[in-house]
Amino acid sequence: MRLALDIITVVLVSAGGFFFMAGTIGLLRFPDTLTRLHALTKVDNLGLGLIVFGLLPQVESRLGALKLIVIWLLVQMSGAIVSQLIAQAVRRSGRQT
Amino acid sequence: MTLVFACEVVLAGLLVAIATWTIVARTAFAAIVLFMVYGLLLAIVWVALSAVDVALTEAAIGGGVTSMLLMGAATRLRAPTTPVADVGLPLRIAAGLLCALVTTVLGAVVFFLPDVAPTLAPVAKDNLAASGLGNPVAAVLFVFRALDTLLEKVVLLLALVGVWSLASDEAWGGVPGLPVYARPGRILVFLAQILPPIGIIVGIYMFWAGASQPGGAFQGGTILAAVWLLTMMARLQDVPAINARWLRLLLVVGPTAFLAIGLAGFFIADSFLAYPPGIAKPLIIVVEATLTLSIGVTLALLVAGPPERLSQR
Amino acid sequence: MSSAALFGYCGAVLVGLGLYGLITRAEVLRKILSFNVLGSGVFLLFGVFARRGAAAGLGADPVPQALVITGIVVAFSATALAVALLVRLNKETGQIIVTSDDSEESSEQGATR
Repeated sequence: MRLALDIITVVLVSAGGFFFMAGTIGLLRFPDTLTRLHALTKVDNLGLGLIVFGLLPQVESRLGALKLIVIWLLVQMSGAIVSQLIAQAVRRSGRQT
Repeated sequence: MTLVFACEVVLAGLLVAIATWTIVARTAFAAIVLFMVYGLLLAIVWVALSAVDVALTEAAIGGGVTSMLLMGAATRLRAPTTPVADVGLPLRIAAGLLCALVTTVLGAVVFFLPDVAPTLAPVAKDNLAASGLGNPVAAVLFVFRALDTLLEKVVLLLALVGVWSLASDEAWGGVPGLPVYARPGRILVFLAQILPPIGIIVGIYMFWAGASQPGGAFQGGTILAAVWLLTMMARLQDVPAINARWLRLLLVVGPTAFLAIGLAGFFIADSFLAYPPGIAKPLIIVVEATLTLSIGVTLALLVAGPPERLSQR
Repeated sequence: MSSAALFGYCGAVLVGLGLYGLITRAEVLRKILSFNVLGSGVFLLFGVFARRGAAAGLGADPVPQALVITGIVVAFSATALAVALLVRLNKETGQIIVTSDDSEESSEQGATR
Protein backbone atom coordinates (compact mmCIF):
# COMPACT_ATOMS: atom_id res chain seq x y z
CA MET A 1 0.00 0.00 0.00
CA ARG A 2 2.79 2.37 0.95
CA LEU A 3 4.66 1.47 -2.22
CA ALA A 4 1.61 2.08 -4.40
CA LEU A 5 1.08 5.52 -2.84
CA ASP A 6 4.74 6.39 -3.35
CA ILE A 7 4.59 5.34 -6.98
CA ILE A 8 1.49 7.50 -7.52
CA THR A 9 3.30 10.44 -5.92
CA VAL A 10 6.41 10.05 -8.06
CA VAL A 11 4.43 9.67 -11.30
CA LEU A 12 2.09 12.61 -10.68
CA VAL A 13 4.78 14.98 -9.39
CA SER A 14 7.01 14.13 -12.37
CA ALA A 15 4.12 14.81 -14.74
CA GLY A 16 3.52 18.14 -12.98
CA GLY A 17 7.22 18.93 -13.28
CA PHE A 18 7.06 18.20 -17.00
CA PHE A 19 4.23 20.73 -17.41
CA PHE A 20 6.23 23.28 -15.40
CA MET A 21 9.15 22.79 -17.76
CA ALA A 22 6.92 23.04 -20.83
CA GLY A 23 5.39 26.27 -19.53
CA THR A 24 8.81 27.75 -18.75
CA ILE A 25 10.11 26.88 -22.21
CA GLY A 26 7.00 28.53 -23.65
CA LEU A 27 7.62 31.63 -21.52
CA LEU A 28 11.16 31.90 -22.82
CA ARG A 29 10.62 30.97 -26.46
CA PHE A 30 7.20 32.23 -27.54
CA PRO A 31 7.22 35.41 -29.61
CA ASP A 32 4.79 37.73 -27.81
CA THR A 33 2.97 38.35 -24.56
CA LEU A 34 -0.35 36.69 -25.39
CA THR A 35 1.19 33.39 -26.44
CA ARG A 36 3.44 33.45 -23.37
CA LEU A 37 0.38 33.91 -21.14
CA HIS A 38 -1.19 30.93 -22.87
CA ALA A 39 1.86 28.81 -22.01
CA LEU A 40 1.87 29.94 -18.39
CA THR A 41 -1.73 28.92 -17.74
CA LYS A 42 -0.72 25.31 -18.40
CA VAL A 43 1.77 25.66 -15.57
CA ASP A 44 -0.77 27.08 -13.14
CA ASN A 45 -3.64 24.72 -13.79
CA LEU A 46 -2.25 21.38 -14.91
CA GLY A 47 1.26 21.55 -13.51
CA LEU A 48 0.40 22.65 -10.01
CA GLY A 49 -2.72 20.48 -9.94
CA LEU A 50 -0.73 17.34 -10.78
CA ILE A 51 1.85 18.18 -8.14
CA VAL A 52 -0.85 18.80 -5.51
CA PHE A 53 -2.63 15.54 -6.33
CA GLY A 54 0.70 13.76 -6.27
CA LEU A 55 1.42 15.10 -2.79
CA LEU A 56 -2.00 14.20 -1.40
CA PRO A 57 -1.11 10.54 -0.65
CA GLN A 58 1.80 11.79 1.47
CA VAL A 59 -0.23 14.05 3.74
CA GLU A 60 -1.04 12.82 7.24
CA SER A 61 -4.23 14.71 8.05
CA ARG A 62 -7.32 15.72 6.12
CA LEU A 63 -6.77 19.36 7.09
CA GLY A 64 -3.37 19.31 5.40
CA ALA A 65 -4.90 17.83 2.24
CA LEU A 66 -7.61 20.50 2.30
CA LYS A 67 -4.97 23.22 2.65
CA LEU A 68 -3.07 21.89 -0.38
CA ILE A 69 -6.21 21.88 -2.53
CA VAL A 70 -7.16 25.39 -1.38
CA ILE A 71 -3.66 26.58 -2.32
CA TRP A 72 -4.10 25.10 -5.80
CA LEU A 73 -7.51 26.74 -6.28
CA LEU A 74 -6.18 30.13 -5.09
CA VAL A 75 -3.19 29.95 -7.47
CA GLN A 76 -5.52 29.01 -10.34
CA MET A 77 -7.85 31.91 -9.63
CA SER A 78 -5.13 34.50 -9.20
CA GLY A 79 -3.26 33.19 -12.25
CA ALA A 80 -6.36 33.37 -14.43
CA ILE A 81 -7.23 36.88 -13.27
CA VAL A 82 -3.71 38.22 -13.65
CA SER A 83 -3.52 36.72 -17.16
CA GLN A 84 -6.74 38.53 -18.08
CA LEU A 85 -5.42 41.79 -16.66
CA ILE A 86 -2.13 41.51 -18.54
CA ALA A 87 -3.95 40.61 -21.78
CA GLN A 88 -6.29 43.60 -21.37
CA ALA A 89 -3.31 45.88 -20.80
CA VAL A 90 -1.57 44.51 -23.90
CA ARG A 91 -4.67 45.02 -26.02
CA ARG A 92 -5.19 48.54 -24.72
CA SER A 93 -1.62 49.62 -25.28
CA GLY A 94 -1.45 48.06 -28.74
CA ARG A 95 2.03 46.69 -28.28
CA GLN A 96 2.67 43.08 -29.05
CA THR A 97 5.62 42.14 -26.87
CA MET B 1 26.77 15.24 -2.73
CA THR B 2 23.21 14.33 -1.87
CA LEU B 3 20.20 15.26 -3.96
CA VAL B 4 18.99 17.79 -1.39
CA PHE B 5 22.37 19.52 -1.38
CA ALA B 6 22.38 19.62 -5.19
CA CYS B 7 18.97 21.30 -5.12
CA GLU B 8 20.26 23.81 -2.59
CA VAL B 9 23.26 24.60 -4.79
CA VAL B 10 20.90 25.24 -7.71
CA LEU B 11 18.70 27.41 -5.48
CA ALA B 12 21.66 29.48 -4.23
CA GLY B 13 22.98 29.89 -7.77
CA LEU B 14 19.55 31.00 -8.99
CA LEU B 15 19.29 33.49 -6.12
CA VAL B 16 22.65 35.08 -6.95
CA ALA B 17 21.78 35.16 -10.67
CA ILE B 18 18.45 36.89 -10.06
CA ALA B 19 20.08 39.39 -7.68
CA THR B 20 22.73 40.20 -10.29
CA TRP B 21 20.06 40.63 -12.96
CA THR B 22 18.09 42.93 -10.63
CA ILE B 23 21.11 45.18 -10.18
CA VAL B 24 22.04 45.37 -13.88
CA ALA B 25 18.52 45.44 -15.38
CA ARG B 26 18.01 48.31 -17.78
CA THR B 27 14.53 49.53 -16.84
CA ALA B 28 13.20 50.16 -13.35
CA PHE B 29 10.08 48.10 -14.08
CA ALA B 30 12.13 45.03 -14.98
CA ALA B 31 14.28 45.50 -11.89
CA ILE B 32 11.22 45.62 -9.60
CA VAL B 33 9.65 42.51 -11.15
CA LEU B 34 12.98 40.71 -10.72
CA PHE B 35 13.12 41.92 -7.12
CA MET B 36 9.72 40.35 -6.53
CA VAL B 37 10.99 37.04 -7.90
CA TYR B 38 14.10 37.42 -5.75
CA GLY B 39 11.98 37.88 -2.61
CA LEU B 40 9.99 34.72 -3.30
CA LEU B 41 13.12 32.66 -4.02
CA LEU B 42 14.61 33.97 -0.79
CA ALA B 43 11.52 32.70 1.06
CA ILE B 44 12.27 29.20 -0.25
CA VAL B 45 15.88 29.59 0.95
CA TRP B 46 14.58 30.47 4.41
CA VAL B 47 12.55 27.26 4.46
CA ALA B 48 15.71 25.37 3.49
CA LEU B 49 17.36 26.98 6.54
CA SER B 50 14.52 25.69 8.77
CA ALA B 51 13.31 29.22 9.53
CA VAL B 52 9.66 29.00 8.44
CA ASP B 53 8.50 32.11 10.36
CA VAL B 54 11.16 34.16 8.60
CA ALA B 55 10.14 32.62 5.26
CA LEU B 56 6.54 33.75 5.80
CA THR B 57 7.68 37.25 6.77
CA GLU B 58 10.05 37.50 3.79
CA ALA B 59 7.40 36.31 1.32
CA ALA B 60 4.79 38.69 2.72
CA ILE B 61 6.86 41.82 3.42
CA GLY B 62 9.98 41.39 1.31
CA GLY B 63 8.45 39.87 -1.77
CA GLY B 64 4.97 41.30 -1.43
CA VAL B 65 4.47 44.71 0.12
CA THR B 66 7.93 46.09 -0.72
CA SER B 67 7.48 45.23 -4.39
CA MET B 68 4.01 46.82 -4.32
CA LEU B 69 5.52 49.97 -2.83
CA LEU B 70 8.35 50.14 -5.38
CA MET B 71 6.03 49.45 -8.33
CA GLY B 72 3.69 52.24 -7.22
CA ALA B 73 6.67 54.59 -6.99
CA ALA B 74 8.03 53.56 -10.42
CA THR B 75 4.71 54.35 -12.07
CA ARG B 76 4.47 57.72 -10.32
CA LEU B 77 7.95 58.94 -11.22
CA ARG B 78 8.13 61.28 -14.19
CA ALA B 79 10.93 60.61 -16.63
CA PRO B 80 13.81 63.03 -16.14
CA THR B 81 14.34 65.87 -18.58
CA THR B 82 18.06 65.18 -18.97
CA PRO B 83 19.11 61.53 -19.43
CA VAL B 84 20.71 59.97 -16.39
CA ALA B 85 24.41 59.26 -16.79
CA ASP B 86 25.69 56.25 -14.90
CA VAL B 87 28.94 56.46 -12.99
CA GLY B 88 32.19 56.25 -14.95
CA LEU B 89 34.44 53.24 -15.35
CA PRO B 90 37.10 54.09 -12.72
CA LEU B 91 34.47 54.35 -9.99
CA ARG B 92 32.94 51.08 -11.17
CA ILE B 93 36.27 49.29 -10.94
CA ALA B 94 36.97 50.74 -7.51
CA ALA B 95 33.49 49.79 -6.30
CA GLY B 96 33.90 46.32 -7.74
CA LEU B 97 37.18 45.85 -5.88
CA LEU B 98 35.64 47.11 -2.64
CA CYS B 99 32.66 44.78 -2.97
CA ALA B 100 34.89 41.83 -3.82
CA LEU B 101 36.87 42.61 -0.67
CA VAL B 102 33.69 42.77 1.45
CA THR B 103 32.43 39.50 -0.02
CA THR B 104 35.78 37.79 0.60
CA VAL B 105 35.90 38.96 4.20
CA LEU B 106 32.35 37.77 4.87
CA GLY B 107 33.05 34.48 3.13
CA ALA B 108 36.11 34.03 5.32
CA VAL B 109 33.95 34.71 8.37
CA VAL B 110 31.59 31.95 7.28
CA PHE B 111 34.52 29.64 6.52
CA PHE B 112 36.23 30.11 9.88
CA LEU B 113 33.11 29.73 12.02
CA PRO B 114 33.76 27.46 15.02
CA ASP B 115 32.70 23.85 14.68
CA VAL B 116 30.43 23.95 17.70
CA ALA B 117 28.15 26.91 17.22
CA PRO B 118 27.07 28.92 20.26
CA THR B 119 23.31 28.75 20.55
CA LEU B 120 20.47 29.93 22.71
CA ALA B 121 18.09 27.18 21.55
CA PRO B 122 18.27 25.09 24.75
CA VAL B 123 17.61 28.17 26.91
CA ALA B 124 14.66 29.14 24.73
CA LYS B 125 13.30 25.60 24.78
CA ASP B 126 13.56 25.34 28.56
CA ASN B 127 11.66 28.55 29.18
CA LEU B 128 9.09 27.90 26.44
CA ALA B 129 6.68 26.02 28.68
CA ALA B 130 6.56 28.82 31.22
CA SER B 131 5.43 31.28 28.57
CA GLY B 132 2.54 29.09 27.44
CA LEU B 133 3.45 29.32 23.76
CA GLY B 134 4.44 26.49 21.44
CA ASN B 135 6.32 28.46 18.80
CA PRO B 136 9.82 29.37 20.04
CA VAL B 137 10.21 32.29 17.62
CA ALA B 138 6.94 33.81 18.85
CA ALA B 139 8.15 33.30 22.41
CA VAL B 140 11.38 35.15 21.63
CA LEU B 141 9.46 37.95 19.90
CA PHE B 142 6.80 38.52 22.54
CA VAL B 143 8.24 37.20 25.80
CA PHE B 144 12.02 36.99 25.92
CA ARG B 145 12.79 40.03 23.76
CA ALA B 146 9.47 41.78 23.91
CA LEU B 147 11.17 45.16 24.22
CA ASP B 148 12.61 44.77 20.69
CA THR B 149 9.17 44.07 19.28
CA LEU B 150 7.62 47.03 21.09
CA LEU B 151 10.32 49.35 19.77
CA GLU B 152 9.97 47.87 16.29
CA LYS B 153 6.28 48.72 16.31
CA VAL B 154 7.14 52.27 17.39
CA VAL B 155 9.65 52.47 14.51
CA LEU B 156 6.87 51.51 12.10
CA LEU B 157 4.71 54.34 13.46
CA LEU B 158 7.63 56.78 13.26
CA ALA B 159 8.20 55.83 9.61
CA LEU B 160 4.49 56.44 8.94
CA VAL B 161 4.68 59.88 10.58
CA GLY B 162 7.76 60.56 8.45
CA VAL B 163 5.94 59.56 5.29
CA TRP B 164 2.93 61.70 6.22
CA SER B 165 5.13 64.69 6.97
CA LEU B 166 6.14 64.77 3.28
CA ALA B 167 2.67 66.07 2.38
CA SER B 168 2.31 69.64 1.27
CA ASP B 169 0.70 72.02 3.75
CA GLU B 170 -2.62 72.24 1.90
CA ALA B 171 -3.04 68.49 1.74
CA TRP B 172 -2.32 67.77 5.40
CA GLY B 173 -5.02 65.58 6.89
CA GLY B 174 -6.22 64.56 3.45
CA VAL B 175 -6.36 61.42 1.35
CA PRO B 176 -3.16 59.56 0.43
CA GLY B 177 -2.29 59.40 -3.24
CA LEU B 178 -2.38 55.63 -3.60
CA PRO B 179 -2.43 54.85 -7.33
CA VAL B 180 -5.94 53.54 -7.94
CA TYR B 181 -7.46 52.33 -11.18
CA ALA B 182 -9.53 55.13 -12.71
CA ARG B 183 -12.08 52.72 -14.12
CA PRO B 184 -11.29 49.25 -12.80
CA GLY B 185 -12.35 46.53 -15.20
CA ARG B 186 -14.76 43.82 -14.16
CA ILE B 187 -11.94 41.34 -13.71
CA LEU B 188 -10.08 43.41 -11.12
CA VAL B 189 -13.30 44.13 -9.26
CA PHE B 190 -14.03 40.39 -9.28
CA LEU B 191 -10.63 39.66 -7.74
CA ALA B 192 -11.10 42.42 -5.16
CA GLN B 193 -14.45 40.91 -4.18
CA ILE B 194 -13.34 37.29 -3.99
CA LEU B 195 -9.89 37.55 -2.45
CA PRO B 196 -10.40 39.76 0.65
CA PRO B 197 -12.67 37.34 2.56
CA ILE B 198 -10.14 34.56 1.96
CA GLY B 199 -7.32 36.95 2.85
CA ILE B 200 -8.98 37.99 6.10
CA ILE B 201 -9.49 34.37 7.14
CA VAL B 202 -5.91 33.45 6.21
CA GLY B 203 -4.52 36.53 8.00
CA ILE B 204 -6.43 35.89 11.21
CA TYR B 205 -5.61 32.18 11.06
CA MET B 206 -1.94 32.96 10.60
CA PHE B 207 -1.93 35.23 13.65
CA TRP B 208 -3.86 32.67 15.72
CA ALA B 209 -1.77 29.70 14.68
CA GLY B 210 1.42 31.67 15.29
CA ALA B 211 1.22 30.82 18.97
CA SER B 212 2.04 27.17 18.38
CA GLN B 213 3.09 26.87 14.72
CA PRO B 214 5.02 29.12 12.35
CA GLY B 215 3.10 32.33 11.85
CA GLY B 216 2.45 35.33 13.99
CA ALA B 217 1.17 38.87 14.18
CA PHE B 218 3.49 40.36 11.54
CA GLN B 219 2.71 37.82 8.86
CA GLY B 220 -1.04 37.90 9.49
CA GLY B 221 -1.07 41.70 9.65
CA THR B 222 0.73 41.94 6.30
CA ILE B 223 -1.91 39.78 4.62
CA LEU B 224 -4.66 41.99 6.04
CA ALA B 225 -2.82 45.06 4.73
CA ALA B 226 -2.48 43.47 1.28
CA VAL B 227 -6.18 42.67 0.85
CA TRP B 228 -7.16 46.14 2.11
CA LEU B 229 -4.83 47.69 -0.47
CA LEU B 230 -6.41 45.50 -3.16
CA THR B 231 -9.93 46.72 -2.34
CA MET B 232 -8.72 50.33 -2.32
CA MET B 233 -6.96 49.96 -5.66
CA ALA B 234 -10.05 48.43 -7.25
CA ARG B 235 -12.09 51.35 -5.91
CA LEU B 236 -14.37 49.14 -3.87
CA GLN B 237 -13.43 51.25 -0.86
CA ASP B 238 -12.28 54.82 -0.63
CA VAL B 239 -8.78 55.57 0.56
CA PRO B 240 -9.36 57.05 4.02
CA ALA B 241 -8.26 60.54 4.98
CA ILE B 242 -5.40 60.39 7.43
CA ASN B 243 -7.17 62.44 10.09
CA ALA B 244 -10.04 59.96 10.33
CA ARG B 245 -10.44 59.08 13.97
CA TRP B 246 -11.01 55.36 13.47
CA LEU B 247 -7.83 55.17 11.40
CA ARG B 248 -5.67 56.80 14.04
CA LEU B 249 -7.27 54.65 16.73
CA LEU B 250 -6.45 51.45 14.86
CA LEU B 251 -2.89 52.65 14.32
CA VAL B 252 -2.16 53.14 17.99
CA VAL B 253 -4.22 50.39 19.61
CA GLY B 254 -1.45 47.83 19.04
CA PRO B 255 1.51 49.62 20.60
CA THR B 256 -0.70 51.14 23.30
CA ALA B 257 -1.98 47.74 24.43
CA PHE B 258 1.56 46.37 24.31
CA LEU B 259 2.88 49.29 26.35
CA ALA B 260 0.01 49.11 28.84
CA ILE B 261 0.55 45.40 29.45
CA GLY B 262 4.26 46.05 29.73
CA LEU B 263 3.75 48.77 32.34
CA ALA B 264 1.25 46.59 34.18
CA GLY B 265 4.08 44.13 34.50
CA PHE B 266 5.52 46.42 37.17
CA PHE B 267 2.54 45.69 39.38
CA ILE B 268 1.44 42.14 38.61
CA ALA B 269 4.81 40.60 37.80
CA ASP B 270 8.49 41.32 38.30
CA SER B 271 9.36 44.12 35.91
CA PHE B 272 8.54 45.93 32.67
CA LEU B 273 7.15 43.56 30.03
CA ALA B 274 7.15 40.59 32.44
CA TYR B 275 4.08 38.39 32.43
CA PRO B 276 2.62 36.73 35.52
CA PRO B 277 3.00 32.95 35.08
CA GLY B 278 -0.66 31.98 35.10
CA ILE B 279 -2.12 34.39 32.55
CA ALA B 280 0.89 34.81 30.28
CA LYS B 281 -0.70 33.26 27.20
CA PRO B 282 -4.00 35.28 27.25
CA LEU B 283 -2.02 38.50 27.68
CA ILE B 284 0.25 37.59 24.77
CA ILE B 285 -2.78 36.77 22.59
CA VAL B 286 -4.32 40.17 23.40
CA VAL B 287 -1.04 41.89 22.52
CA GLU B 288 -0.72 39.93 19.27
CA ALA B 289 -4.34 40.52 18.24
CA THR B 290 -4.17 44.30 18.65
CA LEU B 291 -0.73 44.29 17.06
CA THR B 292 -2.05 42.42 13.99
CA LEU B 293 -4.69 45.10 13.45
CA SER B 294 -2.23 47.94 13.90
CA ILE B 295 0.40 46.36 11.67
CA GLY B 296 -2.16 45.78 8.92
CA VAL B 297 -3.27 49.40 8.96
CA THR B 298 0.29 50.78 9.30
CA LEU B 299 1.73 48.75 6.43
CA ALA B 300 -1.16 49.64 4.13
CA LEU B 301 -0.76 53.33 4.93
CA LEU B 302 3.01 53.15 4.39
CA VAL B 303 2.34 51.82 0.88
CA ALA B 304 -0.39 54.44 0.29
CA GLY B 305 2.05 57.26 0.89
CA PRO B 306 1.66 60.87 1.98
CA PRO B 307 -1.68 62.69 1.61
CA GLU B 308 -2.09 64.47 -1.70
CA ARG B 309 -5.58 65.94 -1.79
CA LEU B 310 -8.12 67.01 0.74
CA SER B 311 -11.12 64.90 -0.18
CA GLN B 312 -12.01 61.94 -2.31
CA ARG B 313 -13.65 63.90 -5.14
CA MET C 1 30.38 22.01 2.84
CA SER C 2 27.14 21.99 4.79
CA SER C 3 24.00 23.62 3.46
CA ALA C 4 24.27 26.37 6.06
CA ALA C 5 27.79 27.24 4.87
CA LEU C 6 26.58 27.24 1.25
CA PHE C 7 23.91 29.82 2.04
CA GLY C 8 26.48 31.74 4.09
CA TYR C 9 28.65 32.19 1.00
CA CYS C 10 25.50 33.05 -0.94
CA GLY C 11 24.71 35.77 1.61
CA ALA C 12 28.25 37.14 1.38
CA VAL C 13 27.93 37.39 -2.42
CA LEU C 14 24.55 39.12 -2.07
CA VAL C 15 26.07 41.69 0.29
CA GLY C 16 28.79 42.42 -2.27
CA LEU C 17 26.25 42.68 -5.11
CA GLY C 18 23.97 44.97 -3.15
CA LEU C 19 26.86 47.22 -2.16
CA TYR C 20 28.02 47.42 -5.79
CA GLY C 21 24.54 48.39 -6.96
CA LEU C 22 24.22 50.94 -4.16
CA ILE C 23 27.45 52.66 -5.21
CA THR C 24 27.28 52.50 -9.00
CA ARG C 25 23.61 53.02 -9.92
CA ALA C 26 22.77 56.69 -10.18
CA GLU C 27 18.98 56.48 -9.98
CA VAL C 28 17.60 56.57 -6.45
CA LEU C 29 15.05 53.81 -7.09
CA ARG C 30 17.83 51.43 -8.17
CA LYS C 31 19.82 52.41 -5.09
CA ILE C 32 16.82 51.49 -2.91
CA LEU C 33 16.55 48.12 -4.66
CA SER C 34 20.26 47.45 -4.15
CA PHE C 35 19.95 48.46 -0.50
CA ASN C 36 17.21 45.87 -0.10
CA VAL C 37 19.39 43.20 -1.73
CA LEU C 38 22.25 44.17 0.62
CA GLY C 39 19.94 43.94 3.64
CA SER C 40 18.61 40.53 2.63
CA GLY C 41 22.19 39.27 2.27
CA VAL C 42 22.92 40.34 5.84
CA PHE C 43 19.72 38.66 7.03
CA LEU C 44 20.76 35.51 5.22
CA LEU C 45 24.01 35.51 7.21
CA PHE C 46 21.94 35.76 10.39
CA GLY C 47 19.88 32.83 9.18
CA VAL C 48 23.04 30.80 8.69
CA PHE C 49 24.07 31.47 12.28
CA ALA C 50 20.57 30.44 13.39
CA ARG C 51 20.71 27.22 11.40
CA ARG C 52 24.08 26.31 12.83
CA GLY C 53 22.66 26.80 16.29
CA ALA C 54 20.17 24.00 15.93
CA ALA C 55 19.91 22.21 19.27
CA ALA C 56 17.45 20.86 21.84
CA GLY C 57 15.16 19.46 19.16
CA LEU C 58 14.68 22.78 17.36
CA GLY C 59 15.62 23.11 13.70
CA ALA C 60 17.28 26.47 14.20
CA ASP C 61 18.16 28.88 16.99
CA PRO C 62 15.05 31.05 17.49
CA VAL C 63 16.79 34.24 18.68
CA PRO C 64 18.51 35.18 15.36
CA GLN C 65 15.28 34.31 13.56
CA ALA C 66 13.37 36.82 15.70
CA LEU C 67 16.08 39.42 15.01
CA VAL C 68 15.73 38.83 11.27
CA ILE C 69 11.93 39.21 11.40
CA THR C 70 12.38 42.51 13.22
CA GLY C 71 15.01 43.50 10.67
CA ILE C 72 12.78 42.75 7.69
CA VAL C 73 9.99 44.92 9.10
CA VAL C 74 12.33 47.80 9.92
CA ALA C 75 13.96 47.57 6.47
CA PHE C 76 10.51 47.86 4.94
CA SER C 77 9.77 51.01 6.96
CA ALA C 78 13.06 52.52 5.84
CA THR C 79 12.25 51.62 2.21
CA ALA C 80 8.80 53.20 2.53
CA LEU C 81 10.26 56.44 3.88
CA ALA C 82 12.95 56.47 1.16
CA VAL C 83 10.36 55.91 -1.58
CA ALA C 84 8.16 58.70 -0.19
CA LEU C 85 11.18 61.04 -0.22
CA LEU C 86 11.99 60.03 -3.81
CA VAL C 87 8.42 60.62 -5.02
CA ARG C 88 8.38 64.04 -3.34
CA LEU C 89 11.79 64.91 -4.83
CA ASN C 90 10.53 63.93 -8.25
CA LYS C 91 7.38 65.97 -7.85
CA GLU C 92 9.33 69.07 -6.80
CA THR C 93 12.32 68.93 -9.15
CA GLY C 94 11.50 66.36 -11.82
CA GLN C 95 14.75 64.53 -11.03
CA ILE C 96 15.21 60.86 -10.23
CA ILE C 97 18.80 61.24 -9.09
CA VAL C 98 20.28 63.24 -6.26
CA THR C 99 22.87 65.76 -7.42
CA SER C 100 25.69 66.34 -5.03
CA ASP C 101 26.66 70.01 -5.10
CA ASP C 102 25.77 73.41 -6.54
CA SER C 103 28.72 73.62 -8.90
CA GLU C 104 27.30 70.71 -10.88
CA GLU C 105 23.91 72.38 -11.18
CA SER C 106 25.32 75.75 -12.22
CA SER C 107 27.56 74.15 -14.83
CA GLU C 108 24.52 72.26 -16.14
CA GLN C 109 22.56 75.48 -16.40
CA GLY C 110 25.54 77.04 -18.10
CA ALA C 111 25.47 74.27 -20.69
CA THR C 112 21.81 74.77 -21.56
CA ARG C 113 22.05 78.55 -21.76
